[in-house]
Amino acid sequence: MSYPEAMLRQIKEVEKTRKERLSEVIPLLPAAEKESLLKSFHPDYKLGTTRKILVGVNKGEVAVQEIADLLEAYSYLDPEKFKIDEVTYTCDVLIIGGGGAGAMAALSAVSEGADVILTTKLRLGDSNTVMAQGGIQAADKPNDSPVIHYLDVMGGGGYKNIPELVYHLVQSGPSIIAWLEEMGMMFDKEEDGTMITIHGGGTSRKRMHTAKDYTGMEIMRILKDEVLNKGIKVIEYVAAIELLSDEDGRCCGAVFVNLETGEKIIIQSKATILATGGAGRLHIQGFPTSNHYGATADGLVLANRIGAKLIYIDTIQYHPTGVCFPEQISGQLITEKVRGVGAQLVNREGKRFIYELETRDCVAAAIIRECQERDKGVKTPQGSVGVWLDTPLIEIKGGEGTIERELPAMFRQFKRFGIDIRKEPILTYPTQHYQNGGVLINPDGETNVPGLLAAGEVAGGVHGRNRLMGNSLLDILVFGQRAGKKSATLAKSTQFSKPTLNHLITYHKELKEAGVDENRRSPLVLPDYRRPELKTRLPWMD
Amino acid sequence: MKEISIYVMGKEYKVPEGQTIMKALEYAGFFYIRGAGCRGGFCGSCGTVYRTKDSYRLKVGLACQNTVEEGMYLTQIPFYPANKKTYFIKNLSATAETLITIYPEILRCISCGSCTKVCPQEIDVMDFVNAAIRGDIKRCAELSFNCILCGLCASRCPAEIVQYYVALLARRLYGAHILKNSPHLKERLKEMDEKKFESDLQRLLKMDTAQLKELYQKRDIEE
Repeated sequence: MSYPEAMLRQIKEVEKTRKERLSEVIPLLPAAEKESLLKSFHPDYKLGTTRKILVGVNKGEVAVQEIADLLEAYSYLDPEKFKIDEVTYTCDVLIIGGGGAGAMAALSAVSEGADVILTTKLRLGDSNTVMAQGGIQAADKPNDSPVIHYLDVMGGGGYKNIPELVYHLVQSGPSIIAWLEEMGMMFDKEEDGTMITIHGGGTSRKRMHTAKDYTGMEIMRILKDEVLNKGIKVIEYVAAIELLSDEDGRCCGAVFVNLETGEKIIIQSKATILATGGAGRLHIQGFPTSNHYGATADGLVLANRIGAKLIYIDTIQYHPTGVCFPEQISGQLITEKVRGVGAQLVNREGKRFIYELETRDCVAAAIIRECQERDKGVKTPQGSVGVWLDTPLIEIKGGEGTIERELPAMFRQFKRFGIDIRKEPILTYPTQHYQNGGVLINPDGETNVPGLLAAGEVAGGVHGRNRLMGNSLLDILVFGQRAGKKSATLAKSTQFSKPTLNHLITYHKELKEAGVDENRRSPLVLPDYRRPELKTRLPWMD
Repeated sequence: MKEISIYVMGKEYKVPEGQTIMKALEYAGFFYIRGAGCRGGFCGSCGTVYRTKDSYRLKVGLACQNTVEEGMYLTQIPFYPANKKTYFIKNLSATAETLITIYPEILRCISCGSCTKVCPQEIDVMDFVNAAIRGDIKRCAELSFNCILCGLCASRCPAEIVQYYVALLARRLYGAHILKNSPHLKERLKEMDEKKFESDLQRLLKMDTAQLKELYQKRDIEE
């Protein structure tokens, strides 16, 4: 299998202009043009894709429809009937989620002397973290500084970021990189140890640290190894379906379902950290996603029901370059590093239409404009439309062998389908990638609900309304660490209290008053991709 | 849409041609609890062993990255009871002794090559195990770098070596003890300790959007 004949003919157009494009310079968009591009073509601005939430602490605020659907839904548990007399496990710190933020929080809490349980509905490490290929930002080069990093983050986020959170993000960058170095991360380095760093979209300095195009996986491998080395109790294949609150409204644990047996498990804790990740598997506006199987916004639902405030849940990041062809892997990520090392975006006529390293929201909007309004996209046999990402340029610019050295994961991914990205371009279209907002936290990861913390993609405020490449890997480590530390401190001054589902009684009452259909249930736990006629009830639904 | 026959753990299902194994199984009515993770070729949870009709040869692939073939007999191996030792990476030295002390079973390698044959990432697993035995930690780390910890190598090893954990240890030894520490990072940490950027950061922290916007537009971009 490789490109069909019709697409091979189109590739000729890309080849024709390759040489002259080598020296072509496209300037950054002026602020006003950027704004109008976003308003006209970014999916966030599409009419009818958001609505006001009817219930909860964010009542009256706007959320994307698919998230609102989950917030306006009943629990699988009936708070009047469900018995919580028998607690299955107790711990100081309960961490829900086994990706990068959860693992880092666990390590941090344990190092502060806390007794930790980490739960995940998949396996430890099955997360968006492993799929983060592009790199991790940190201002550690002499021509860079946390001050410049701060400005890049704020500008990228549309100046909507919470300043104190950004402060800690950029401030902790260098120490996080040093920690990873000490843990044995195989960063791309020069002989003398100098980090090889590159640009990402929206960076004004080359501060993207990489480990080929397996950066997130390399980080997760280390985190996972350390969690196991420290003997932290990890429970896999259990999904949190409800948080527990005590009589003072404090979060004191969670109810889980063992996905393999259907058994309910109750874990009582002194502090609880949500590290449940993002929402890609909601397929917002029908977009394909680059996210892992468990990215179903469960954390937003649980947090909201217990009264934690959410922020910026009306904005989603679409990664500009998802796979458009081959269809089998449609929506999977083509890392921004591909553009970072020199590939250009090119339309059907072989022409560039945007500077490739604008911020993600901008590049995604430009690709959508090219395919829709300007009708200059390339059609696949399955009827999808995309633009070319001209990867052979990387070999021309960086020399033969650059792709296999810098982008082994990408090279392999396409080779499996008979496409040699050293010689042929990739067809690409935006894919749902990141939940910009989430549970509102303070710099220690605390939410407005006592005893409940959040870290990583589930949390909101750090990235404003648009995250920059490489700041998510930094975010999960910085705020995972901070939340872990804080939770351990909180646990020291907290006694176990009686767990209840009182918050759920209130939430259900509100839902009823708002007239929400009683058959609507959440969290989603996992997406169901079976044929409709074969769908049966799943273990957490009863 | 053309349908083909695949045999999931021996039972026949008709699925659309050209789909990934994972999507085909879902089409057939399977709901994944185990065996699906990132769905993008990075997490190693969907390692699949299969053979095609009338062939004795076992093949492997990731269910999320490989497409179904007519007459494919398949099973996924979502878990393997592997032995992972615990250690403090800082206290170890990057030598053959370290690897052999922690994972002595590597010396049992009979160089059969079963591990290499079964790796969905096309890593020369046997070669990196041999590098580990020789104490060539750099080579072991570099050869194994693309490992996604799926465990298929260990499942085929007659010597019961857990190659992917050996490699994980080797890479961490290489990163922590052989690769040079970054000099500019050390310098920056010192500056952070001295709070060199603190007053500038505090100034930015207090700026309103208009002021930040102006600075942002004016910032110079490294070539």
